[in-house]
Amino acid sequence: MRYLPKSDLERRQMLDLIGASRLEDLYAHLPENIRFNGDLNVPPGKSEYEIADYFGARGGENANGFASFLGAGVYHHYRPVLVDAVVSRGEFLTSYTPYQAEISQGTLTSIFEFQTMLCQLTGMEVANASMYDGSTAVPEAAMMAMRVTGRKRVIVARSVHPEYREVLATYTRHQNVEVVEAGFDNESGAIDLRALERIVDKNTAAVIVQSPNFFGGVEDIQPLAALAHANGALLVHAFTEAVSLGVLEPPPDADIVAGELQSFAISPSYGGPFAGVIACKEKYVRQLPGRLVGQTKDASGNRAFCLTLATREQHIRREKATSNICTNQALIALMATVFMTVYGKRGLRELAEQNLAKAHYLGGELKRRFTGPYFNEFVAQASACDTINEALLRRKIIGGLPLARFYPELDGAMLLCCTEMSRRGHMDAVAEEFGA
Amino acid sequence: MYPDNFRYTKEHEWVRIEGDQATVGITFHAQKELGDIVYVDLPKLGTHVEQAKPIGSVESVKAVSDIFAPMSGEVVEVNGLLTDSPEKLNADPHGEAWLIKIKLSAPQETAHLLSAAEYQAYVGAE
Repeated sequence: MRYLPKSDLERRQMLDLIGASRLEDLYAHLPENIRFNGDLNVPPGKSEYEIADYFGARGGENANGFASFLGAGVYHHYRPVLVDAVVSRGEFLTSYTPYQAEISQGTLTSIFEFQTMLCQLTGMEVANASMYDGSTAVPEAAMMAMRVTGRKRVIVARSVHPEYREVLATYTRHQNVEVVEAGFDNESGAIDLRALERIVDKNTAAVIVQSPNFFGGVEDIQPLAALAHANGALLVHAFTEAVSLGVLEPPPDADIVAGELQSFAISPSYGGPFAGVIACKEKYVRQLPGRLVGQTKDASGNRAFCLTLATREQHIRREKATSNICTNQALIALMATVFMTVYGKRGLRELAEQNLAKAHYLGGELKRRFTGPYFNEFVAQASACDTINEALLRRKIIGGLPLARFYPELDGAMLLCCTEMSRRGHMDAVAEEFGA
Repeated sequence: MYPDNFRYTKEHEWVRIEGDQATVGITFHAQKELGDIVYVDLPKLGTHVEQAKPIGSVESVKAVSDIFAPMSGEVVEVNGLLTDSPEKLNADPHGEAWLIKIKLSAPQETAHLLSAAEYQAYVGAE
Protein backbone atom coordinates (compact mmCIF):
# COMPACT_ATOMS: atom_id res chain seq x y z
CA MET A 1 0.00 0.00 0.00
CA ARG A 2 1.36 3.43 -0.93
CA TYR A 3 1.44 6.33 1.47
CA LEU A 4 0.55 9.51 -0.40
CA PRO A 5 1.15 12.60 1.69
CA LYS A 6 -1.06 15.58 1.00
CA SER A 7 0.25 19.06 0.38
CA ASP A 8 -1.08 22.10 2.24
CA LEU A 9 -2.66 23.19 -1.03
CA GLU A 10 -4.53 19.89 -1.41
CA ARG A 11 -5.74 20.07 2.18
CA ARG A 12 -7.01 23.61 1.57
CA GLN A 13 -8.82 22.52 -1.60
CA MET A 14 -10.52 19.61 0.18
CA LEU A 15 -11.62 21.81 3.09
CA ASP A 16 -12.95 24.45 0.66
CA LEU A 17 -14.91 21.80 -1.22
CA ILE A 18 -16.80 20.70 1.88
CA GLY A 19 -17.12 24.23 3.21
CA ALA A 20 -14.86 23.88 6.25
CA SER A 21 -12.42 26.61 7.17
CA ARG A 22 -9.93 24.45 9.06
CA LEU A 23 -9.31 20.79 9.89
CA GLU A 24 -10.59 21.20 13.48
CA ASP A 25 -14.04 22.02 12.09
CA LEU A 26 -14.39 18.33 11.25
CA TYR A 27 -14.26 17.46 14.95
CA ALA A 28 -16.47 20.35 16.10
CA HIS A 29 -19.30 17.95 16.95
CA LEU A 30 -17.19 16.34 19.68
CA PRO A 31 -17.55 17.85 23.17
CA GLU A 32 -14.76 20.29 24.03
CA ASN A 33 -13.76 18.43 27.22
CA ILE A 34 -12.89 15.17 25.46
CA ARG A 35 -10.85 16.83 22.71
CA PHE A 36 -7.11 17.02 22.97
CA ASN A 37 -5.83 20.57 22.88
CA GLY A 38 -2.25 21.40 22.17
CA ASP A 39 0.39 19.85 20.00
CA LEU A 40 1.25 16.17 19.89
CA ASN A 41 4.65 15.29 21.21
CA VAL A 42 6.05 14.28 17.84
CA PRO A 43 9.47 15.57 16.77
CA PRO A 44 9.80 17.49 13.48
CA GLY A 45 10.46 15.59 10.27
CA LYS A 46 13.87 14.08 9.56
CA SER A 47 15.79 13.71 6.34
CA GLU A 48 15.99 10.31 4.66
CA TYR A 49 19.63 10.01 5.70
CA GLU A 50 18.80 10.70 9.35
CA ILE A 51 16.04 8.11 9.28
CA ALA A 52 18.26 5.42 7.73
CA ASP A 53 20.91 6.24 10.31
CA TYR A 54 18.43 6.04 13.21
CA PHE A 55 16.95 2.72 12.19
CA GLY A 56 20.38 1.31 11.38
CA ALA A 57 21.45 2.14 14.93
CA ARG A 58 18.30 0.65 16.48
CA GLY A 59 18.67 -2.46 14.30
CA GLY A 60 22.21 -2.82 15.59
CA GLU A 61 20.80 -3.34 19.08
CA ASN A 62 19.31 -6.67 17.91
CA ALA A 63 21.13 -9.91 18.51
CA ASN A 64 21.95 -10.21 14.83
CA GLY A 65 24.20 -13.12 14.08
CA PHE A 66 23.82 -14.66 17.54
CA ALA A 67 23.47 -18.41 17.82
CA SER A 68 20.22 -19.48 19.49
CA PHE A 69 19.22 -22.45 21.61
CA LEU A 70 15.79 -21.06 22.36
CA GLY A 71 12.82 -23.08 21.15
CA ALA A 72 9.68 -23.40 23.28
CA GLY A 73 7.23 -22.98 20.42
CA VAL A 74 9.25 -20.73 18.11
CA TYR A 75 12.15 -22.33 16.27
CA HIS A 76 15.32 -21.11 14.62
CA HIS A 77 15.33 -22.78 11.20
CA TYR A 78 16.85 -21.90 7.87
CA ARG A 79 14.52 -20.08 5.47
CA PRO A 80 15.18 -21.05 1.83
CA VAL A 81 15.52 -17.92 -0.36
CA LEU A 82 12.83 -19.26 -2.66
CA VAL A 83 10.26 -18.63 0.07
CA ASP A 84 10.51 -14.85 -0.02
CA ALA A 85 10.94 -14.86 -3.80
CA VAL A 86 7.51 -16.47 -4.10
CA VAL A 87 5.62 -14.75 -1.30
CA SER A 88 6.81 -11.29 -2.29
CA ARG A 89 5.21 -11.61 -5.72
CA GLY A 90 2.46 -9.01 -6.00
CA GLU A 91 -0.14 -11.62 -6.93
CA PHE A 92 0.24 -13.13 -3.47
CA LEU A 93 1.58 -10.27 -1.38
CA THR A 94 -1.03 -7.62 -2.08
CA SER A 95 -4.13 -9.72 -2.65
CA TYR A 96 -6.65 -9.85 0.13
CA THR A 97 -8.57 -12.98 1.06
CA PRO A 98 -10.55 -14.13 -1.97
CA TYR A 99 -14.17 -13.24 -1.29
CA GLN A 100 -15.22 -14.17 -4.78
CA ALA A 101 -12.98 -17.14 -4.33
CA GLU A 102 -13.16 -18.90 -7.68
CA ILE A 103 -11.75 -15.90 -9.54
CA SER A 104 -8.48 -16.36 -7.63
CA GLN A 105 -7.43 -19.73 -9.06
CA GLY A 106 -3.76 -19.12 -8.21
CA THR A 107 -4.47 -18.53 -4.53
CA LEU A 108 -6.86 -21.49 -4.41
CA THR A 109 -4.26 -23.74 -6.06
CA SER A 110 -1.65 -22.80 -3.46
CA ILE A 111 -4.11 -23.40 -0.62
CA PHE A 112 -5.09 -26.78 -2.10
CA GLU A 113 -1.42 -27.77 -2.17
CA PHE A 114 -0.99 -26.58 1.42
CA GLN A 115 -3.92 -28.77 2.53
CA THR A 116 -2.70 -31.76 0.53
CA MET A 117 0.83 -31.65 1.94
CA LEU A 118 -0.46 -31.24 5.48
CA CYS A 119 -2.70 -34.26 5.06
CA GLN A 120 0.34 -36.22 3.92
CA LEU A 121 2.43 -34.98 6.85
CA THR A 122 -0.19 -35.48 9.56
CA GLY A 123 -1.74 -38.65 8.15
CA MET A 124 -5.17 -37.07 8.50
CA GLU A 125 -7.85 -37.21 5.79
CA VAL A 126 -8.57 -33.52 5.59
CA ALA A 127 -6.71 -30.31 6.52
CA ASN A 128 -8.13 -26.81 6.50
CA ALA A 129 -6.74 -23.80 4.66
CA SER A 130 -4.79 -22.76 7.81
CA MET A 131 -5.45 -21.13 11.17
CA TYR A 132 -3.95 -17.96 12.69
CA ASP A 133 -1.35 -19.96 14.62
CA GLY A 134 -0.91 -23.01 16.81
CA SER A 135 -2.14 -21.27 19.93
CA THR A 136 -5.56 -20.67 18.36
CA ALA A 137 -5.63 -23.92 16.38
CA VAL A 138 -5.51 -26.01 19.56
CA PRO A 139 -8.46 -24.34 21.35
CA GLU A 140 -10.42 -24.42 18.07
CA ALA A 141 -9.74 -28.17 17.93
CA ALA A 142 -11.06 -28.45 21.50
CA MET A 143 -14.23 -26.59 20.52
CA MET A 144 -14.58 -28.86 17.50
CA ALA A 145 -14.42 -31.90 19.79
CA MET A 146 -17.08 -30.37 22.02
CA ARG A 147 -19.40 -29.89 19.05
CA VAL A 148 -18.78 -33.43 17.81
CA THR A 149 -19.39 -35.07 21.19
CA GLY A 150 -21.91 -32.62 22.63
CA ARG A 151 -19.83 -32.57 25.84
CA LYS A 152 -18.36 -29.63 27.76
CA ARG A 153 -15.29 -31.03 29.48
CA VAL A 154 -11.78 -30.89 28.08
CA ILE A 155 -8.62 -32.48 29.42
CA VAL A 156 -5.36 -30.85 28.47
CA ALA A 157 -1.90 -32.14 29.32
CA ARG A 158 0.22 -29.78 31.44
CA SER A 159 2.98 -30.48 28.94
CA VAL A 160 1.02 -28.66 26.21
CA HIS A 161 2.61 -25.25 25.50
CA PRO A 162 1.65 -23.04 28.50
CA GLU A 163 0.62 -20.15 26.25
CA TYR A 164 -1.62 -22.45 24.19
CA ARG A 165 -3.29 -23.44 27.44
CA GLU A 166 -3.78 -19.77 28.26
CA VAL A 167 -5.52 -19.21 24.93
CA LEU A 168 -7.63 -22.31 25.61
CA ALA A 169 -8.63 -20.78 28.96
CA THR A 170 -9.60 -17.55 27.18
CA TYR A 171 -11.71 -19.40 24.61
CA THR A 172 -13.54 -21.49 27.20
CA ARG A 173 -13.89 -19.00 30.08
CA HIS A 174 -17.40 -17.83 29.28
CA GLN A 175 -18.70 -20.97 27.60
CA ASN A 176 -19.43 -23.06 30.66
CA VAL A 177 -16.63 -25.45 29.78
CA GLU A 178 -14.62 -27.38 32.32
CA VAL A 179 -10.91 -27.53 31.53
CA VAL A 180 -8.92 -30.08 33.51
CA GLU A 181 -5.14 -30.34 33.39
CA ALA A 182 -3.38 -33.71 33.29
CA GLY A 183 0.05 -33.81 34.90
CA PHE A 184 3.31 -35.22 33.60
CA ASP A 185 5.45 -37.99 34.99
CA ASN A 186 8.21 -36.45 37.06
CA GLU A 187 10.77 -38.92 35.77
CA SER A 188 9.99 -39.37 32.06
CA GLY A 189 8.39 -35.97 31.40
CA ALA A 190 5.63 -37.69 29.42
CA ILE A 191 1.96 -37.43 30.30
CA ASP A 192 1.12 -39.43 33.43
CA LEU A 193 -1.16 -42.16 32.04
CA ARG A 194 -2.26 -43.44 35.45
CA ALA A 195 -3.33 -39.94 36.52
CA LEU A 196 -5.05 -39.42 33.18
CA GLU A 197 -7.06 -42.62 33.63
CA ARG A 198 -8.53 -41.15 36.80
CA ILE A 199 -9.75 -37.94 35.19
CA VAL A 200 -11.03 -39.04 31.76
CA ASP A 201 -14.73 -39.78 32.05
CA LYS A 202 -17.90 -40.10 29.97
CA ASN A 203 -18.38 -36.33 29.99
CA THR A 204 -14.99 -35.69 28.41
CA ALA A 205 -15.04 -34.20 24.91
CA ALA A 206 -11.32 -34.22 24.24
CA VAL A 207 -7.94 -35.22 25.56
CA ILE A 208 -5.36 -32.74 24.25
CA VAL A 209 -1.77 -33.94 24.10
CA GLN A 210 1.23 -32.28 22.53
CA SER A 211 4.00 -34.29 20.90
CA PRO A 212 6.84 -33.50 20.98
CA ASN A 213 5.55 -31.93 24.19
CA PHE A 214 6.65 -28.63 25.68
CA PHE A 215 9.70 -30.37 27.18
CA GLY A 216 10.63 -31.75 23.76
CA GLY A 217 9.52 -35.24 24.78
CA VAL A 218 7.86 -37.60 22.32
CA GLU A 219 4.57 -38.93 23.69
CA ASP A 220 3.25 -42.41 23.09
CA ILE A 221 -0.09 -41.39 21.59
CA GLN A 222 -1.63 -44.82 21.11
CA PRO A 223 -2.57 -45.66 24.74
CA LEU A 224 -3.77 -42.09 25.28
CA ALA A 225 -6.03 -42.33 22.23
CA ALA A 226 -7.32 -45.73 23.36
CA LEU A 227 -8.22 -44.25 26.75
CA ALA A 228 -9.96 -41.26 25.17
CA HIS A 229 -11.88 -43.43 22.70
CA ALA A 230 -12.98 -45.89 25.39
CA ASN A 231 -14.73 -42.92 27.01
CA GLY A 232 -16.19 -41.57 23.79
CA ALA A 233 -13.79 -38.62 23.75
CA LEU A 234 -11.62 -37.41 20.87
CA LEU A 235 -7.85 -37.35 20.96
CA VAL A 236 -6.43 -33.99 19.89
CA HIS A 237 -2.78 -34.14 18.95
CA ALA A 238 -1.08 -30.74 19.19
CA PHE A 239 2.36 -29.87 17.84
CA THR A 240 4.54 -26.78 17.99
CA GLU A 241 7.54 -28.11 16.06
CA ALA A 242 6.36 -29.05 12.57
CA VAL A 243 9.83 -30.28 11.53
CA SER A 244 9.29 -33.24 13.86
CA LEU A 245 6.74 -34.57 11.34
CA GLY A 246 9.72 -35.39 9.12
CA VAL A 247 10.73 -38.32 11.34
CA LEU A 248 7.91 -38.92 13.76
CA GLU A 249 5.14 -41.07 12.45
CA PRO A 250 1.91 -39.11 12.23
CA PRO A 251 -0.49 -40.28 14.93
CA PRO A 252 -3.04 -42.52 13.18
CA ASP A 253 -4.98 -42.79 16.44
CA ALA A 254 -5.58 -39.06 16.72
CA ASP A 255 -8.95 -37.65 15.68
CA ILE A 256 -7.78 -34.07 15.25
CA VAL A 257 -4.24 -32.78 14.70
CA ALA A 258 -3.70 -29.08 15.44
CA GLY A 259 -0.45 -27.21 15.39
CA GLU A 260 1.93 -24.46 14.51
CA LEU A 261 3.81 -24.15 11.21
CA GLN A 262 6.30 -21.44 12.19
CA SER A 263 9.15 -23.92 11.68
CA PHE A 264 8.28 -24.04 7.98
CA ALA A 265 10.07 -20.86 6.87
CA ILE A 266 8.00 -18.42 8.89
CA SER A 267 10.22 -15.77 10.51
CA PRO A 268 10.05 -15.62 14.30
CA SER A 269 9.30 -11.85 13.91
CA TYR A 270 9.06 -11.16 17.65
CA GLY A 271 6.24 -13.69 18.01
CA GLY A 272 4.12 -13.47 14.89
CA PRO A 273 2.26 -13.50 12.61
CA PHE A 274 2.51 -17.27 12.29
CA ALA A 275 0.26 -19.85 10.67
CA GLY A 276 -1.44 -22.85 12.21
CA VAL A 277 -3.46 -25.71 10.86
CA ILE A 278 -6.17 -28.16 11.88
CA ALA A 279 -6.36 -31.55 10.21
CA CYS A 280 -8.86 -34.26 11.08
CA LYS A 281 -10.72 -37.38 10.07
CA GLU A 282 -13.12 -36.68 7.24
CA LYS A 283 -16.17 -37.54 9.33
CA TYR A 284 -15.57 -34.37 11.38
CA VAL A 285 -15.18 -32.08 8.37
CA ARG A 286 -18.48 -30.30 9.05
CA GLN A 287 -17.13 -29.11 12.38
CA LEU A 288 -13.78 -28.01 10.95
CA PRO A 289 -13.34 -24.26 11.45
CA GLY A 290 -12.07 -21.97 8.73
CA ARG A 291 -12.34 -22.92 5.11
CA LEU A 292 -11.52 -25.76 2.79
CA VAL A 293 -10.45 -25.61 -0.84
CA GLY A 294 -11.40 -28.48 -3.12
CA GLN A 295 -10.64 -29.63 -6.62
CA THR A 296 -13.36 -29.57 -9.25
CA LYS A 297 -13.89 -29.10 -12.97
CA ASP A 298 -14.86 -25.90 -14.73
CA ALA A 299 -17.56 -25.62 -17.42
CA SER A 300 -15.11 -26.85 -20.07
CA GLY A 301 -14.02 -29.83 -18.00
CA ASN A 302 -10.64 -28.37 -16.98
CA ARG A 303 -9.14 -28.95 -13.55
CA ALA A 304 -10.14 -26.07 -11.30
CA PHE A 305 -10.33 -25.21 -7.61
CA CYS A 306 -13.18 -23.91 -5.50
CA LEU A 307 -14.07 -23.11 -1.93
CA THR A 308 -15.66 -26.44 -1.02
CA LEU A 309 -16.54 -25.50 2.53
CA ALA A 310 -16.68 -22.14 4.19
CA THR A 311 -18.69 -21.87 7.34
CA ARG A 312 -21.81 -20.02 6.28
CA GLU A 313 -22.15 -18.24 9.58
CA GLN A 314 -19.09 -16.23 8.66
CA HIS A 315 -21.17 -14.46 6.04
CA ILE A 316 -24.84 -14.80 6.78
CA ARG A 317 -25.49 -16.39 10.17
CA ARG A 318 -23.07 -14.56 12.38
CA GLU A 319 -25.09 -15.08 15.54
CA LYS A 320 -24.54 -18.83 15.07
CA ALA A 321 -20.75 -18.57 14.76
CA THR A 322 -18.86 -21.52 16.21
CA SER A 323 -15.32 -20.40 15.56
CA ASN A 324 -13.11 -17.36 15.80
CA ILE A 325 -11.46 -17.71 12.42
CA CYS A 326 -13.10 -16.13 9.40
CA THR A 327 -10.70 -16.68 6.55
CA ASN A 328 -7.24 -18.16 6.61
CA GLN A 329 -3.66 -17.08 7.12
CA ALA A 330 -3.03 -17.05 3.38
CA LEU A 331 0.31 -15.33 2.86
CA ILE A 332 2.01 -16.79 5.92
CA ALA A 333 0.62 -20.23 5.14
CA LEU A 334 2.06 -19.84 1.65
CA MET A 335 5.53 -19.58 3.22
CA ALA A 336 4.93 -23.03 4.69
CA THR A 337 3.66 -24.30 1.34
CA VAL A 338 6.81 -23.12 -0.45
CA PHE A 339 8.97 -24.55 2.33
CA MET A 340 7.32 -27.98 2.10
CA THR A 341 7.68 -27.89 -1.69
CA VAL A 342 11.37 -26.92 -1.53
CA TYR A 343 12.30 -29.61 0.98
CA GLY A 344 10.03 -32.35 -0.30
CA LYS A 345 9.50 -35.70 1.34
CA ARG A 346 13.16 -36.70 1.57
CA GLY A 347 14.48 -33.23 2.32
CA LEU A 348 12.17 -32.82 5.28
CA ARG A 349 13.24 -36.17 6.62
CA GLU A 350 16.92 -35.23 6.33
CA LEU A 351 16.23 -31.89 7.99
CA ALA A 352 14.45 -33.60 10.87
CA GLU A 353 17.30 -36.10 11.23
CA GLN A 354 19.83 -33.25 11.49
CA ASN A 355 17.73 -31.61 14.20
CA LEU A 356 17.48 -34.89 16.04
CA ALA A 357 21.21 -35.62 15.80
CA LYS A 358 22.31 -32.16 16.96
CA ALA A 359 19.90 -32.09 19.90
CA HIS A 360 21.11 -35.53 20.94
CA TYR A 361 24.72 -34.41 20.72
CA LEU A 362 24.14 -31.53 23.12
CA GLY A 363 21.68 -33.56 25.19
CA GLY A 364 24.39 -36.17 25.66
CA GLU A 365 26.78 -33.54 27.02
CA LEU A 366 24.36 -32.22 29.65
CA LYS A 367 22.48 -33.62 32.62
CA ARG A 368 18.95 -34.15 31.34
CA ARG A 369 16.01 -33.61 33.66
CA PHE A 370 13.73 -36.20 32.01
CA THR A 371 14.42 -39.69 30.75
CA GLY A 372 11.89 -39.92 27.90
CA PRO A 373 12.71 -39.88 24.18
CA TYR A 374 13.04 -36.40 22.65
CA PHE A 375 13.26 -34.73 19.27
CA ASN A 376 15.10 -31.39 18.99
CA GLU A 377 14.36 -29.99 22.45
CA PHE A 378 15.17 -31.30 25.89
CA VAL A 379 15.28 -30.11 29.47
CA ALA A 380 18.70 -29.71 31.10
CA GLN A 381 19.36 -29.52 34.81
CA ALA A 382 21.20 -26.29 35.59
CA SER A 383 22.62 -24.83 38.75
CA ALA A 384 21.54 -21.27 37.98
CA CYS A 385 19.76 -20.72 34.66
CA ASP A 386 20.11 -16.94 34.64
CA THR A 387 23.85 -17.00 35.26
CA ILE A 388 24.36 -19.47 32.43
CA ASN A 389 22.23 -17.46 30.00
CA GLU A 390 24.06 -14.22 30.86
CA ALA A 391 27.42 -15.88 30.29
CA LEU A 392 26.18 -17.29 26.96
CA LEU A 393 24.91 -13.87 25.82
CA ARG A 394 28.39 -12.47 26.35
CA ARG A 395 29.57 -15.15 23.90
CA LYS A 396 26.86 -14.13 21.41
CA ILE A 397 24.76 -17.17 22.18
CA ILE A 398 21.10 -17.03 23.18
CA GLY A 399 20.54 -19.76 25.75
CA GLY A 400 17.41 -21.72 26.60
CA LEU A 401 14.18 -21.06 28.46
CA PRO A 402 14.33 -21.29 32.28
CA LEU A 403 11.22 -23.41 32.91
CA ALA A 404 10.42 -21.96 36.35
CA ARG A 405 8.57 -19.15 34.55
CA PHE A 406 5.84 -21.62 33.57
CA TYR A 407 6.52 -24.56 35.91
CA PRO A 408 7.57 -23.49 39.43
CA GLU A 409 8.28 -27.14 40.25
CA LEU A 410 10.95 -27.20 37.53
CA ASP A 411 13.08 -24.49 39.08
CA GLY A 412 16.68 -24.89 37.94
CA ALA A 413 15.68 -26.61 34.71
CA MET A 414 16.25 -25.11 31.28
CA LEU A 415 14.55 -26.01 28.00
CA LEU A 416 17.11 -26.10 25.20
CA CYS A 417 16.62 -26.50 21.47
CA CYS A 418 19.02 -27.51 18.71
CA THR A 419 18.19 -27.23 15.03
CA GLU A 420 20.07 -27.60 11.76
CA MET A 421 21.37 -24.08 12.53
CA SER A 422 23.21 -25.19 15.68
CA ARG A 423 26.96 -25.45 15.20
CA ARG A 424 29.27 -27.75 17.03
CA GLY A 425 31.34 -24.87 18.47
CA HIS A 426 28.29 -23.17 19.91
CA MET A 427 26.94 -26.42 21.35
CA ASP A 428 30.27 -27.04 23.03
CA ALA A 429 30.16 -23.50 24.42
CA VAL A 430 26.74 -24.20 25.94
CA ALA A 431 28.02 -27.41 27.50
CA GLU A 432 30.98 -25.50 28.89
CA GLU A 433 28.79 -22.86 30.56
CA PHE A 434 26.67 -25.61 32.07
CA GLY A 435 29.90 -26.84 33.62
CA ALA A 436 29.65 -30.16 31.83
CA MET B 1 -49.79 -31.36 -2.41
CA TYR B 2 -49.99 -31.02 1.39
CA PRO B 3 -51.28 -34.16 3.18
CA ASP B 4 -54.40 -33.61 5.27
CA ASN B 5 -53.12 -35.77 8.14
CA PHE B 6 -50.12 -33.43 8.71
CA ARG B 7 -50.02 -30.22 10.72
CA TYR B 8 -47.83 -27.32 9.56
CA THR B 9 -45.92 -24.33 10.93
CA LYS B 10 -45.46 -20.92 9.40
CA GLU B 11 -41.72 -21.71 9.35
CA HIS B 12 -42.49 -24.52 6.88
CA GLU B 13 -42.12 -27.63 9.01
CA TRP B 14 -44.71 -30.41 8.99
CA VAL B 15 -45.57 -32.85 11.74
CA ARG B 16 -47.44 -36.17 11.59
CA ILE B 17 -48.80 -37.35 14.92
CA GLU B 18 -49.24 -41.06 15.72
CA GLY B 19 -50.22 -41.66 19.34
CA ASP B 20 -47.67 -39.95 21.58
CA GLN B 21 -45.07 -39.78 18.79
CA ALA B 22 -44.66 -37.32 15.96
CA THR B 23 -42.62 -37.38 12.78
CA VAL B 24 -41.17 -34.03 11.73
CA GLY B 25 -40.07 -32.77 8.31
CA ILE B 26 -39.85 -29.69 6.16
CA THR B 27 -42.46 -28.90 3.54
CA PHE B 28 -42.36 -29.16 -0.21
CA HIS B 29 -42.53 -25.38 -0.30
CA ALA B 30 -39.48 -25.09 2.00
CA GLN B 31 -37.28 -27.34 -0.12
CA LYS B 32 -38.38 -25.60 -3.30
CA GLU B 33 -37.46 -22.18 -1.89
CA LEU B 34 -34.09 -23.46 -0.63
CA GLY B 35 -33.05 -25.13 -3.87
CA ASP B 36 -30.53 -27.98 -3.95
CA ILE B 37 -30.00 -29.14 -0.37
CA VAL B 38 -26.43 -30.16 0.46
CA TYR B 39 -26.41 -30.65 4.21
CA VAL B 40 -28.83 -31.21 7.07
CA ASP B 41 -27.85 -30.62 10.68
CA LEU B 42 -30.16 -32.49 13.05
CA PRO B 43 -30.35 -32.78 16.87
CA LYS B 44 -28.88 -35.81 18.64
CA LEU B 45 -31.00 -38.64 20.03
CA GLY B 46 -32.38 -37.83 23.45
CA THR B 47 -32.31 -34.06 22.94
CA HIS B 48 -35.27 -32.24 24.43
CA VAL B 49 -36.79 -29.90 21.86
CA GLU B 50 -39.22 -27.08 22.48
CA GLN B 51 -41.96 -25.85 20.19
CA ALA B 52 -40.82 -22.96 17.95
CA LYS B 53 -37.18 -23.20 19.10
CA PRO B 54 -34.40 -23.99 16.55
CA ILE B 55 -33.33 -27.65 16.49
CA GLY B 56 -31.01 -27.70 13.50
CA SER B 57 -30.45 -26.30 10.05
CA VAL B 58 -30.77 -27.09 6.37
CA GLU B 59 -28.07 -25.88 4.03
CA SER B 60 -28.65 -25.48 0.32
CA VAL B 61 -26.35 -24.18 -2.37
CA LYS B 62 -27.77 -20.72 -1.76
CA ALA B 63 -28.74 -20.45 1.89
CA VAL B 64 -28.76 -21.89 5.39
CA SER B 65 -32.10 -22.04 7.19
CA ASP B 66 -32.91 -22.93 10.74
CA ILE B 67 -35.31 -25.77 11.43
CA PHE B 68 -37.76 -25.07 14.26
CA ALA B 69 -39.43 -27.72 16.39
CA PRO B 70 -43.13 -27.82 15.50
CA MET B 71 -43.89 -29.42 18.88
CA SER B 72 -42.09 -30.12 22.15
CA GLY B 73 -40.72 -33.47 23.22
CA GLU B 74 -37.73 -35.76 23.19
CA VAL B 75 -35.92 -36.85 20.02
CA VAL B 76 -36.34 -40.63 19.73
CA GLU B 77 -35.23 -41.17 16.13
CA VAL B 78 -33.07 -39.28 13.64
CA ASN B 79 -33.25 -39.98 9.91
CA GLY B 80 -29.79 -41.31 9.07
CA LEU B 81 -30.63 -41.28 5.37
CA LEU B 82 -30.06 -37.53 5.28
CA THR B 83 -26.44 -37.74 6.42
CA ASP B 84 -25.31 -39.25 3.15
CA SER B 85 -28.17 -38.20 0.90
CA PRO B 86 -29.36 -34.72 1.89
CA GLU B 87 -30.70 -34.31 -1.68
CA LYS B 88 -33.56 -36.68 -0.74
CA LEU B 89 -35.07 -33.66 0.98
CA ASN B 90 -35.65 -32.15 -2.44
CA ALA B 91 -37.00 -35.39 -3.88
CA ASP B 92 -39.38 -36.54 -1.15
CA PRO B 93 -39.74 -33.97 1.67
CA HIS B 94 -43.07 -35.38 2.92
CA GLY B 95 -42.03 -39.03 2.74
CA GLU B 96 -38.69 -40.80 3.17
CA ALA B 97 -36.83 -37.54 3.88
CA TRP B 98 -38.47 -36.94 7.25
CA LEU B 99 -36.03 -35.38 9.76
CA ILE B 100 -36.69 -36.65 13.27
CA LYS B 101 -39.25 -38.42 15.39
CA ILE B 102 -40.15 -37.01 18.78
CA LYS B 103 -41.96 -38.36 21.79
CA LEU B 104 -44.44 -35.58 22.51
CA SER B 105 -44.47 -33.91 25.90
CA ALA B 106 -47.31 -31.45 25.15
CA PRO B 107 -49.78 -32.91 22.59
CA GLN B 108 -52.11 -29.90 23.07
CA GLU B 109 -49.58 -27.78 21.19
CA THR B 110 -51.25 -28.77 17.91
CA ALA B 111 -53.55 -25.83 18.63
CA HIS B 112 -50.75 -23.54 17.42
CA LEU B 113 -50.31 -25.40 14.13
CA LEU B 114 -51.91 -24.98 10.72
CA SER B 115 -54.09 -27.47 8.87
CA ALA B 116 -53.20 -28.51 5.32
CA ALA B 117 -55.73 -26.08 3.89
CA GLU B 118 -54.50 -23.24 6.09
CA TYR B 119 -50.88 -23.92 5.16
CA GLN B 120 -51.74 -24.12 1.46
CA ALA B 121 -53.47 -20.75 1.74
CA TYR B 122 -50.51 -19.37 3.69
CA VAL B 123 -47.85 -20.35 1.13
CA GLY B 124 -50.14 -19.44 -1.72
CA ALA B 125 -50.45 -15.95 -0.27
CA GLU B 126 -46.75 -15.64 0.65
